[in-house]
Amino acid sequence: MSAGFDLQATTRRGAGLDRLGVLLAAIVAAGLALQPFCLFRANRIVAAKPVGLLSALPPLESQIVLGLIVVASVLLLLRTPSPLRLSVSVLTLVLLAFAIGRAGVYLTPSSNTYARVAPGGGFWFAAFAFAIALADAAVRLRMPPLGRLALLALIGGALWLFLWSGACDALSILREYANRADVFWREARVHLFLAAGSLAAAAVVGIPLGILCVRVRPLRAALLNSLNILQTIPSMALFGLLIAPLAWIGAHVPGASAIGIAGIGIAPAFVALFAYSLLPMVSNTVAGLESVPVQARDAARGMGMTARQRFMEIELPLAFPVILTGIRIVLVQNLGLAVLAGLIGGGGFGTFVFQGISQTATDLVLLGALPTVALAFAAAIVLDAAVEMTRPMTSASARKSKSLFERHDE
Amino acid sequence: MIEINGITKVYEGIRAVDDVSLKIGSGEIVTVVGTSGSGKTTLLRMINRLVEPTSGTILIDGRDNRDLPGHELRRAIGYAIQGYGLFPHRTVAQNIATVPKLLGWDKKRIESRVDELLALFHLEPSQFRARMPHELSGGQQQRIGVARALAAEPAVLLMDEPFGALDPIIRGKAQEDLIEIQRRFATTIVLVTHGMDEAIRLGHRIAVMDKGKLLQFAAPAELIAHPATAFVADLAGRADRAFRLLSLSPVVDLLEPGEASGEPIGAQASLKDALSEALWSGRAALPVLRDGAIVGRVTREKLMARAGQPQ
Amino acid sequence: MKGSALIRLLLLVLLVAFLLTPQSFRPVFQPFAANGAPAIYTQSSLLALTLSHLAMVGVATLAAAIVSIGLAVLVTRPAGREFLPLSRSIANIGQTFPPVAVLALAVPVFGFGPIPTLIALFLYGLLPIFENTLTGLTTVPHSVQEAARGVGMTDTQRLISVELPLALPIILAGIRLTAVISLGTATIGSTVAAKTLGEVIIAGLISNNTAFVLQGGLVVALLALFIHQGFTSLEARIGRQAGAMQPAQ
Ligand SMILES: Nc1ncnc2c1ncn2[C@@H]1O[C@H](COP(=O)(O)OP(=O)(O)OP(=O)(O)O)[C@@H](O)[C@H]1O
Ligand SMILES: [Mg+2]
Repeated sequence: MSAGFDLQATTRRGAGLDRLGVLLAAIVAAGLALQPFCLFRANRIVAAKPVGLLSALPPLESQIVLGLIVVASVLLLLRTPSPLRLSVSVLTLVLLAFAIGRAGVYLTPSSNTYARVAPGGGFWFAAFAFAIALADAAVRLRMPPLGRLALLALIGGALWLFLWSGACDALSILREYANRADVFWREARVHLFLAAGSLAAAAVVGIPLGILCVRVRPLRAALLNSLNILQTIPSMALFGLLIAPLAWIGAHVPGASAIGIAGIGIAPAFVALFAYSLLPMVSNTVAGLESVPVQARDAARGMGMTARQRFMEIELPLAFPVILTGIRIVLVQNLGLAVLAGLIGGGGFGTFVFQGISQTATDLVLLGALPTVALAFAAAIVLDAAVEMTRPMTSASARKSKSLFERHDE
Repeated sequence: MIEINGITKVYEGIRAVDDVSLKIGSGEIVTVVGTSGSGKTTLLRMINRLVEPTSGTILIDGRDNRDLPGHELRRAIGYAIQGYGLFPHRTVAQNIATVPKLLGWDKKRIESRVDELLALFHLEPSQFRARMPHELSGGQQQRIGVARALAAEPAVLLMDEPFGALDPIIRGKAQEDLIEIQRRFATTIVLVTHGMDEAIRLGHRIAVMDKGKLLQFAAPAELIAHPATAFVADLAGRADRAFRLLSLSPVVDLLEPGEASGEPIGAQASLKDALSEALWSGRAALPVLRDGAIVGRVTREKLMARAGQPQ
Repeated sequence: MKGSALIRLLLLVLLVAFLLTPQSFRPVFQPFAANGAPAIYTQSSLLALTLSHLAMVGVATLAAAIVSIGLAVLVTRPAGREFLPLSRSIANIGQTFPPVAVLALAVPVFGFGPIPTLIALFLYGLLPIFENTLTGLTTVPHSVQEAARGVGMTDTQRLISVELPLALPIILAGIRLTAVISLGTATIGSTVAAKTLGEVIIAGLISNNTAFVLQGGLVVALLALFIHQGFTSLEARIGRQAGAMQPAQ
């Protein structure tokens, strides 16, 4: 396998053009030429005016930025080594962020608090292309789990620094943020609580249920089938259907309303997410326990381990990576589904998304959607790395990773 | 000593093991052979109570094996299963240390035992201790499996087709290791195998099973010379019975004074090897070498005579 | 086996009856309607919403199937092999994008209506079909491949008459997964004014009328059940014809 890969890598790195690079450079060129780099609006209501890259920044600056983007695209276009491509992609993404921030400051007349500058199609196309280049380089480098986590931390840190430094404060999405910073962080906490809290609850209930399913055969089919049916109810309907029963419980069960159980708000969202999380938790626990090699199980018994020792020392550790995969599926799914809580007054980033949709305020939609996407993406990378590190076959090539940054081994 | 009395195991009406009785002496190697499904594994697993018998008793050193809780009994009996069953999430050292840890040995003692066993199996401890099972070859995994079974110095070792998946050369080495270990620790070994060759090579006595019944329990020479049933005779192989017999005895048995020319043969080589060498090189006699010196010869005539009339 | 088939038939009859004459089911839903609110959604015809919902899922699934099967074929050919890892990563990354976020982000570009929903469903549908097609194409037994080469088939002939037919049950399993997931996700499309059964559910959420939520949710769940059932039996039939390749799910 590795020999095949090296061969492939060297032929690919020979003189000439990189095929993916050609595509990406074309996307960058077309995006910057045909689409505005940013959109300017004198206030929140009037139509947006498209602004090209060259007029979005002071003359010299815009030429330097354009020049750097061209150089970066050429480097992707040619067959360059993966580490170089990785650094070029990261640096160009930083450059793009810097440029859009500068554009905001440059285009907004000082003392004007109504004018809005938002990233345009050109920006998004270029950012997309370099993000793909980044992913491609990361895949080709076959980064180990810790390397991927480091890269994520690096990019996350850079983004944080950038936002914190105020370089982008003139952008419309950050204006929206500035207008409701308190609410934003409150909803962020609610969103995380909904996604992670329901996951924790599902793990606490689902893992023991999965263990039970493996031991009690008849239970298995019955439970998995009913959870499967639960899964076919559309999420929105499930959120809605829980309103009435929870309202009843909140009104009639003593103490229930004190702990926040009510028909509207966070409770139905929490319960719905919990219900959706249950199936992956149970079925992955079952799959994990069943993947324990029969011989290892038998050997453990033959060595004189008690049932408890066998479970704690052999079965559970061997099943753990599969269970962790279930947790990954659930967390990524919940971070996305928690947006729906905004529909039933449950809070979270969905609040901004649905407010934005109803007011056709794109910036508000972005304020809710972008953090959600970023969280889901980061959660996927972190948990993929964790799954890989907990596999018993650490350091082996004989592993079939299912991570975002898929490996070359086939 | 293991005393098996009228042991029977019935699975859904199938008598997997049917009224088997045998006595295994201390420090003896008993091999169990038979066709697939004849009940060998079931018999073996009833000794350490991985399978509970339907009826009958098993005494180990005079005590009923049901006197202790199952898991405690098993800690005292080594068990090497088919396919090795190494724990994939534990290092080689941790795998070997399984039973000593269960028994609460202190850390120092466990470490030195692990190193001792690795060295015994020709695996450099510093190199292998920290490896994961998937980083080992099949032969190495097999050795770790046996080392793990031996870790707590059990007086009894049960082995279920331990060499099944090995290629012939590695299997030969593994068998030599096992004989060496048995000699050193005087372990009582019950070993299940598919192959008659292996049964003959390793077993002081051989138990032949068919359809759950014990057909014959005897020393290899006896088994080949006087098979109890047609089935045993078949298993032992009539055709090359003579050669099997030859392969059981060393050259010293037929050593006689005298001279011979050509490449000498070792005194501990089997008669079978000597005959084939004599036939192959077209010599009437071979010089015999012991401790680096020629001590006499062995003649083709006597070899043929022994092959022709088994006792 | 017989019994469950009977139950499914009964459910199908009930569903069709409900869609054709929703008012006759009023007594069933009345208890869920809050004091005096209408029990049956009448703003639009339930039948029309269902058909439009199904059409949207069908179009998106078909498009996702064409693109991802094409892509999977491409990256398993020698010429496209170098893109295999990347395309897999992208499909995986696509799956981490929350569907609501995709919808919300598509609205500013494409406006309200069915297009954002179609895009979200399409993007979301790519991964399961792509993954399953890859599995199917890469697990064709080596001996079969060799035999096909041995009788003198060209690469294209091998693909069309050996690899794809053998992989078909697994590919179908991927399409089933996509269709069932899309059926649920399409309801969310109503938040951006797509004509789907989500409209009924949202109306229920807004007016606090559980009866609406229930009828919208039930229709979608039943549709999912039937689509799942239809595909599974199709897979089983084709699987029996094609021989013993195990579907991934
Ligand atoms: N747990 C069980 N349940 C039911 N039947 C069993 C069980 N274990 C073994 N058997 C049956 O008992 C008989 C003997 O099985 P056993 O495993 O002892 O055979 P074996 O001689 O070890 O065969 P092999 O050489 O193939 O390993 C077989 O017919 C087998 O099907
Ligand atoms: Mg056996």
